[in-house]
This record gives sequence, C-alpha cells and structure tokens, in this order.
Amino acid sequence: MNGLISIIVFIPILASIIILALLRNDKLIRRFSFSIVSIELILTIFAFSLYDKAKGGIQLVDFIEGWIPIKGFNANYLVGIDGLSAPLVLLSGILGAAAVWGSWRIKNRVKEYFALLLFLQGVVIGVFVSLDLLLFFIFWEAELIPMYFLISIWGSGRAHYSAAKFVIFTLFAGALLIIGILAIYLSQGINSFTMVSIPELNLQGIPELMAGANLLIPVSIIFWLFFISFAIKLPLWPLHSWLPDAHTDAPTAVSVMLAGILLKMGGYGIFRISLGFFKNSSFNFDIAAPILVILGAISVIYGAILTIRQTDLKRLIAFSSVSHMGYVIIGFSSLISVVSINDTLALNGAALQLFTHGTITGLAFLLVGLVYDRTHTRYIPDLGGLTSKMPIIAVFFLIAGFGSLGLPGLSGFVAELMIFLGTFQVGNIFAIATVIGVFGVVLAAGYTLWMIQRSFFGNKPSKESPVSKDFETLSDMHILDVLPVLVLTIPIFVVGIYPRLLTDIIEIGIREMFLL
Amino acid sequence: MSIENIYWLILLIPFIGFLINGILFSIFFKNYSKISGFVTVTSVFISFVLSIFSLINFNDKGVQLLDSFDWLMIGDVGIKTGFLIDPLTSMMLIVVTGVSLMIQIYSIGYMASDKGYSRYFSFMALFTFSMLGLVLSKNLIHLFIFWELVGVSSYLLIGFWFKKNSAVVAAKKAFLMTRVGDFGLMVGILFIFSKGQQYLDIPTLYKGVSSGEFQGSGLLIMCILLFLGAVGKSAQFPLHSWLPDAMEGPTPVSALLHSATMVTAGVFLIGRLFPLFESSSEIMVIIAIIGGFTAVFAATMGVVSDDIKRVLAYSTISQLGYMVLALGSGFYAAAFFHLFTHAWFKALLFLSAGSVSHATGTFNMKFMGGLRKHMPITYVLTLLGALSLIGIFPFSGFWSKDEILGHIYLQNSPISMVLFILASLGVFLTALYMTRVIMLTFHGSYKGGISSENSSNSKSEDNDHPTEPHESPGIMLFPMIILGFLSVVIGFLVNPLIDLGFVSKHAFSHFLEHNLFFDDPKEFHFVFEVAIISTILAILGIVSAILVFKGKLNIKNNFVYKILINKYYFDEFYENLIVKKFFYNKIGSLLSWIDENIVDKSNAKISDFTIYLSKKMSNVQNGHLQSYGFVFFMALTVLMIVFFISNLNTGDSWLDLINKLNSEIY
Repeated sequence: MNGLISIIVFIPILASIIILALLRNDKLIRRFSFSIVSIELILTIFAFSLYDKAKGGIQLVDFIEGWIPIKGFNANYLVGIDGLSAPLVLLSGILGAAAVWGSWRIKNRVKEYFALLLFLQGVVIGVFVSLDLLLFFIFWEAELIPMYFLISIWGSGRAHYSAAKFVIFTLFAGALLIIGILAIYLSQGINSFTMVSIPELNLQGIPELMAGANLLIPVSIIFWLFFISFAIKLPLWPLHSWLPDAHTDAPTAVSVMLAGILLKMGGYGIFRISLGFFKNSSFNFDIAAPILVILGAISVIYGAILTIRQTDLKRLIAFSSVSHMGYVIIGFSSLISVVSINDTLALNGAALQLFTHGTITGLAFLLVGLVYDRTHTRYIPDLGGLTSKMPIIAVFFLIAGFGSLGLPGLSGFVAELMIFLGTFQVGNIFAIATVIGVFGVVLAAGYTLWMIQRSFFGNKPSKESPVSKDFETLSDMHILDVLPVLVLTIPIFVVGIYPRLLTDIIEIGIREMFLL
Repeated sequence: MSIENIYWLILLIPFIGFLINGILFSIFFKNYSKISGFVTVTSVFISFVLSIFSLINFNDKGVQLLDSFDWLMIGDVGIKTGFLIDPLTSMMLIVVTGVSLMIQIYSIGYMASDKGYSRYFSFMALFTFSMLGLVLSKNLIHLFIFWELVGVSSYLLIGFWFKKNSAVVAAKKAFLMTRVGDFGLMVGILFIFSKGQQYLDIPTLYKGVSSGEFQGSGLLIMCILLFLGAVGKSAQFPLHSWLPDAMEGPTPVSALLHSATMVTAGVFLIGRLFPLFESSSEIMVIIAIIGGFTAVFAATMGVVSDDIKRVLAYSTISQLGYMVLALGSGFYAAAFFHLFTHAWFKALLFLSAGSVSHATGTFNMKFMGGLRKHMPITYVLTLLGALSLIGIFPFSGFWSKDEILGHIYLQNSPISMVLFILASLGVFLTALYMTRVIMLTFHGSYKGGISSENSSNSKSEDNDHPTEPHESPGIMLFPMIILGFLSVVIGFLVNPLIDLGFVSKHAFSHFLEHNLFFDDPKEFHFVFEVAIISTILAILGIVSAILVFKGKLNIKNNFVYKILINKYYFDEFYENLIVKKFFYNKIGSLLSWIDENIVDKSNAKISDFTIYLSKKMSNVQNGHLQSYGFVFFMALTVLMIVFFISNLNTGDSWLDLINKLNSEIY
C-alpha cells in the first residue's frame, strides 16, 4: 500500500498546522488531537501488520525522485519500513497516543501544546521511516523545535535551563551527524543519500556502496562521528547528563515521549547507520566493539547506582533509563561475532529493548505524572502509603516497576535475556560485561522495589510531609487515565508472554542488515 | 484428551483462578469477593485431581518429553515451551497442588475478615501457578521464568499487608536476597548456553553431560553459580536471612512458602540439574557442606527465638539444609523423600501456628502458654507435626531423615563423618527447639496473648481479641486434620521398609530413580544403628528442652545466647555494613559526586569557555574603522613577510617574487 507511511508521518504534522491555523476552542482542540492520535495508532498497527514477513526487505515504500530539484544533488524523498523500523513506528503510535490521551488535564495554552505534541510525534516517526539521509537529518533536527518549547513552557523546576541543555546537546549531536552524512555523501563512489538498497527501485544504498568507496576522511572517524551523535541521544555514559534534567523538568506527556521514543532515535541510528553502513566497510569493529561493550556496562552499573540514590521520582526513572539503554549497547557490541543469523540473538534483543523500554518507561512516567497531579510532589521521602488511596495506580506502578526490573512475563525480561544469552557467548570482555549487566538487574530490583516501598507502601506519609495534610482526600485513577495507561500496559504483557510477535519481524531487519 | 493438554490444564487452571480473582473480584465485583476463596480452592483442586491422574498415567508411560511451540526463535536458536515429566515432576505436582489445596481451604477461614480477601486468593493462585510452571518446565529459560514468578508471588504475599512497614521491608528483602541467587542462576544458564544453545533444553543437557560435553575448568564455576541460585531460593547459608523475616505475611502464606513452594524451588533446581552437579565432585562436596552447615547453623538460631513462626522458619532452613546435604552427598531419592514428607508436616506446623495466633492474636510465645486446655485439637495436631519434624518413630519425618542420615553414615569417608556429626547435631537441636515451642505454647499457664503483649510494649491499642483463647473454626481444622494424618502415615506408606502388598519395598525411592539420568537401580537400606542414634539424640533434645522449661537449666543471658538472638549479626552485616554503609554511602555517593562534579560540570565548563570566547571575540568588533584598517594592514604585512621568508632559498629575484605573489593572489 503506497502512501500509507507518508500518511502516518504527515497526519500529525498536518494536524498540528490545522490546530494552529484553524481551531480556537480548547475543547475542540483536545478532541481533535485525541482523534488524530487514535487514527495514528490504528494506522501504525495497520502498517505493522501489513509488513509481509515472508517477503522481507523494505516495504510500503514511498519514493519521489529528486524532490530537491538541484542538478546532481541526489536527495530523494524515500520512506518505508523494514523489520527494524516497523516495531519502532508501532511504538511511536502507541506512545503518541498515550502522551496525548494522558494530557487531558493540560489547561495552559492548549492550542500550542497539542500542536507541538502532534508535530513531535510526526517528525519522530519521520526519523524512523526515512530511508534517505538528508530526509532523516531533517526530521532528526525538526524534533528539537517542539521539544524546546514543550519543556520550557509547560515544564516545571528549571525548565528553561533543562530545555536549553537538551537543545544544545542534541544540536551538538546533529552537528556531528551532518558532518558524517556529508563525509559519506561526498566520498568517491557513493554520492548518494540512500540508506538502504531497494532492488525494485534500482536504488543502491550506502551499505552496499561503502565497501568499494574511496572515503573522504578515514572510515573510523566517520564511524565515531555517527556513533557519538547517537550515543548522546541514547544516551550512553558519559554523554547522559542532559537526560535527567530534561526528564525531570518536562511535563508528563513530554517525559513519556522523550523516554518512549526520542531516546530510541539514538538506538535506531546505531542499528541503521553504525551497523548498517559500517559492517561492510573497511571499519574494524575489533577495537570498537570492546570499547562499546565497556561503555555499555559502565552505563548499566553507573546508571543503576545513581538511580538508587535519587529522591525525585522522575529523576529516578530518568537515571534508570541510562542503565537500561546500556543494555542496548552491550547487546549491540555482540555484532563482532556475527557469522550467521544464529549469532544475532543479542542484536535482536537490543533492538527489542528499544521497544520494551519505550513502553515500560513510558508507563512509569505517565504514572508518576498521575501521582504528581494528586500529591503535588515527586519527592519520595514526602510520599508513602499511597496504595491505600490509589490502589489501581499502585497496581500499574507495580507492573511498570516489575517490567523495569526485568520480571519474566513482562517484555523487559525477554529483551534483556536475549542480550545476555547472545553477548555472553562472545566470550572474554563481552562475557564479563554481560555478567556486570546481569548484576545490573539485581540493582534494578533494588532501586525499583525500594522506590515503590517508600512511595506506595507503608501506612501514610510522615507528619512533616506536605502530602499528609490532604492525604485523606487523595483519589485514585480517573476514568480518562485508564486508556493511556492500558495502551502502554498491554504491549508490556503481550510481548512478555509471546515475544515472537516482535522478534520475528526484528529478526528480518537484523538479517538483512548483515546480508545473511 | 491428549496427555499434553492435561499438563496444560494443571498449569493454567490456577492461573485462570488468579485472573478471575485478580481482575473480576478485586476490581469489578468487589461485593462478591467472598466467592474468590472458592475460586482458588476449586482451581487448585482441579489441578490436584489432574496431578493424581497424571501420576497414574506416569506409572504406565514413564518419562515423557512434550514439546509445544517455539516461544522465541532467532535463526535456528530457539526456546521451546514444553513439559518435562519425570518422577520428580510427578511427585512435585502432587506436593504443590496437595499442600496448596489444604492451605487454601484453611485460608478461607483464616482470612475471612481481611479486606484484601480477593487479592489474597488471587496471589495465592498465582503462587501455585508459578510453582507448577517451575516443576513442569522442560527448558532452562522457562524454568528461570517461573523461578522468578515464584519469587514475585512470594514478594506480593509477604508484603500482603502493605500498610505494615515491616511486612513491606521483609518482602523487599526476600526478593532482593533471592535475586542475588538468581544472578548466579542466570549467569550459570549463560554458561550452559555458551557451551551450545541446544543445552537450554534439560533432557539434551542430560545427554550432553553424560557424553562428557561439560568437563573442564569452567564446570566448577558454572555449577557454583547455578548452586547460588538454589542457595538464595532455599535460604541456605549465606543467603538465609530473608526467610525468618518473611514471616510478616499472612500465616497460610508462610505455610505454603515453607512447605511446597518457593523454598523447595532451590532444592528442586539441584535435583533438576543433578547430573550436571554430579559430574563435578568438588561442587558436590561444596553442596553437602553448605547443606550440613546450614542444617545446624539455622537450628541454633531456632533455639532462642520467641516468635513461633520464626522458630518454624529456622527449622525450615535447617530441614532444607538436610535436603541439600543429601543431594550433595549424592542421595537424590533421599533428599526428595525428605522434601515430600517435610512439605506435609511443615504445612501442618505453620497452620497450627496460625491457629494458635488466631486464638491469642500474637506469635510471641512468651505471651502464650497453657493453650493445651483451650485448643486441644490444635495441640494434638501440633504435637504430631512436631514429632514428625523431630523424627520420632513412626512419624513420617523419622523415615525420611533417617534415610539421609543412614546413607551418609554408610558412605564412610572423612568428610561424610563430619557431615554425619553435623546432621546428628541437627537432630538434637531440632528436638530441642520444637519441644521448647510445644512447652511454651501449650503448657504452663496462659499469659494473656496480644493484650498482655501490647501492655508490655506499653501500647494503648484496642484489641478485640477475647482474653479467653478458643479453638479455631472447622474450616481451618479440617485441612489441619488431613495434614496431621498424612504427617503420621505418609512416610511409611509411600516408602516402606518391607513389601506392604499394595506398596512395594522402598517404592518411593525406586520411583524417583526412574528418571532420565539414573541407569542402574540403587540399593536402599535402612540403617538400624543410625535410627537408634538419632532417636537417642532426639530424646535427649526433648528432655533438655523440658528441663529448660521447668527452670532446671538456664541458657539465657550468656555470650552464646546474645550471638544467637542477634542471628549471628548477619542482618547487621548485610544490611547495615554492606548495603548501607559500603554500597549506598561509599560507592553511591562517590558516583554521585563524579556525576555532578565531573560529568555534568565538564559540560558547564565547556559552555563557560564558549561564552568566554564569544565575549573576547566580540571585543574585536568594536566598530572603529581605524582599528579594522590597522588589523588589515598588519595581517597583510605578516603574510607578505611569511611569503618572502618561505621563498628565500628558491634563488628567485626580487621581481620574480612580486610576480609570483601577484599570480597567487589572482
């Protein structure tokens, strides 16, 4: 079905323009946005299910040749999905829906808020489906605009500082990215922005061209330019310091989007470009992979230990993201030993981790938002005993917590298990890093259960806490909050119980990336 | 109905019970929550009947390997769901569903007035489901999955009264300490996987072990890691300290957790991977020593505790130690025979403790006493359970414990002599603490229960417990009576010394050895002198406990007592020293400092430097034409000088150079 992917990308973007230009009534804007993300959710599920596993390759391609009419400038409009991006498009549909549905309480500047949020969803999907580097870069950078305003206008705490920090880090990442893109484009024998080969359209992609290319600058420099750029976005230790600030000060829905899909842009780039472009090039992964796995292991442990010490619910979850994204890099590093598809367990797991972390952490942020709406604090020592007042929120919080600590039956476990199994068998430093990663799961249990214990269990908040005064009036989940919470919870269970729904598709993407 | 479907039903029916209770009655039909007790009881009952059916079927067909579908598949690397039905599984199915059924029935009475009635029964169903999944799993990954689900069910149940801070802390402690063990299990599984992906399948693993695929230097480490998992789950030294705290949950939970589920999972794991452990003689010695040491170590702490459930908890750790000791010494059948008998009488003892506290409102034995007159049925049943635990002829514990002791005795090596002494010492201590429990609880005079405990703690809480304790209701006594009956007879009935006609000699042991990895039938003996020794020790223990109770012997207030009452300071060591002082305060604050002052500040420094640079640069553009001109001419001059100097040695004339410069500029 041609056009579907373009529709998915541009419906939210168009909707945001419509909101800005035409709609005035707050109630109308809210309803309009709710329906747009609902349609978007249905469309992404539809696109995901349309992907033909037997056929494989890039599907649902939309192609406009030379959309920038400059002679000799080979930039095309090229979008489509493959096994790697299909789950992430689905994830964006889910997270976008959860974020917008969960924002019904927003009263301040409703028009701009929903316009920006929808725009954000559109461009992030754009990143995942773009198969042309220039288009990819445009979407990559466009994401900054709504994010900056969303954090600084509707945020809390040091919102301006955090927004600026986020923008500067991401811009820096973008600068490295564009240098890398240009270096590849201008190299002899490439002169193309096409990110994958599509035989049906006679398009040769960069992965194919890299092997025979005469690169403008040394290949290892290009690799690290891209990798650092993605590592900032992921984020990988020690490039993570923007994340806790941005997460903590962003409004709930933006934290959900940030953790749910924006971080995944980095992970996606690592697969699509750092792996896709370079594994057939002259780049030597023998040195890079051990460095990656060490950085990944440090991220896991460092993130986990810092998580334990956090006293702000949102900051705590933010640091746990650093830890969880470390697993992606640990799994990714196993590419060094890939000979056949049977060795790609960890890579599949890492790609799956992007999805599972998106839903689990998205759910956690959404629930923290609900708690904050009621208690007006996220300071853990001021909380306590919330279960007796908000049992349903507590149940879902427990689910998110167990998902985060890798409980079997929930999706996070499957991804981490695959990463562990696949990376450990590489041996040496990779095995050691995996063992460290497994220990990170113990720490995850520690910080999650301790956090839940302090905020949700026990009798009631301490007398000094500002919450204790109105404790008796706290209410449970509103009926309108059920929908966004459920849309995130269902995939956590479904993927946890039957992971092949996703892994069968991811496997195709990974297989093609290695040309196996 | 195919046999595979029966196992699916056994597994899934309790899960359905969990869903019905957890979703329907906890959220939508709160008014009908009383039904949820029956839902769980019914679902477990169906599983129990089917388990018996499958046991009968097993006797016809023998070991069955049932594969279902691929749960995960990447390339050719797949994880298949499936059931491994061997004697161990068949036995465990009976134990899990049977004990669980008794406890669920009891819970209907015990939890009747609790607000979280539906929640309780949904968690209990989940607990049973997880344990059933664990014993049925054919694949190490699925074993691990259910292993963790067992852990999380017990987390939910220990912390069932979430308003009680001690309960929540105990739940967290249980989950975290077993997770340390799970870390070992996980890495052990990774080791196995790295030897070959097919070995995740347990029967294939057996084949791999017997064909010598698992020899070499890695074997010991692999086994130690796997054993660590069992140590955590079965609360063996040094990961034992979570189990006594796990008493904070409702008492039926403790009964289930201590008899058929959770703690037996560790012993089950050793049994499941027995060929692997057996292929390394070093690990077998380690297992045996840990087990033997734990058997005595835990019993010593049981001697001084005043909380009846804590004493029972220590006794569980100690009895699990016996099972681990037996496995480490290679006596597979003996270990699981003891697990089998222990499950029934330990469940009985916990339910009795629950019955006692139902009457008195407390678990502190200091405030009990004299209950023999008020609750005679509970008294008799507790006595049966205690005698069985102590191992008095002819109660079931006698047979299974002597089987372990006898085997070790016959082994006749220096190490086995040490182990035998440890095990015998354990028998003495078991008799000591169990008699103490009986005396403090049921003999002497009544000390007032919860009301006097509260007044001694100078709390002014109201309590509605009657000052006069009473016998528990029939719904609680009924399962206790059944368990009491089993405690008496089951040991001899299933594994008799002589042919009974309907049960052949050593039937249970022979049955257990009909599995995938034992080829040669073993001889089982009853060692008469060991039975004499252990009985004498047990009687000695009983007598000394009575003497202490009558005030003839004073054990309190000395150095040993202080160490024991503080549990050898393990809690202090783990929680305060390692976790709090070392990990949280030292390492945690170091990393926090690094994150704030190095990682984050370096960004600030870069941005500061950029701002500084931009300030300096902007000074240059001050708008004065004369300074722009000055800079321009200076720069030109410098460039020309550089040009001329660099061309000094070329030998060109002055004029040539000017021309060259011209041509370079244009």
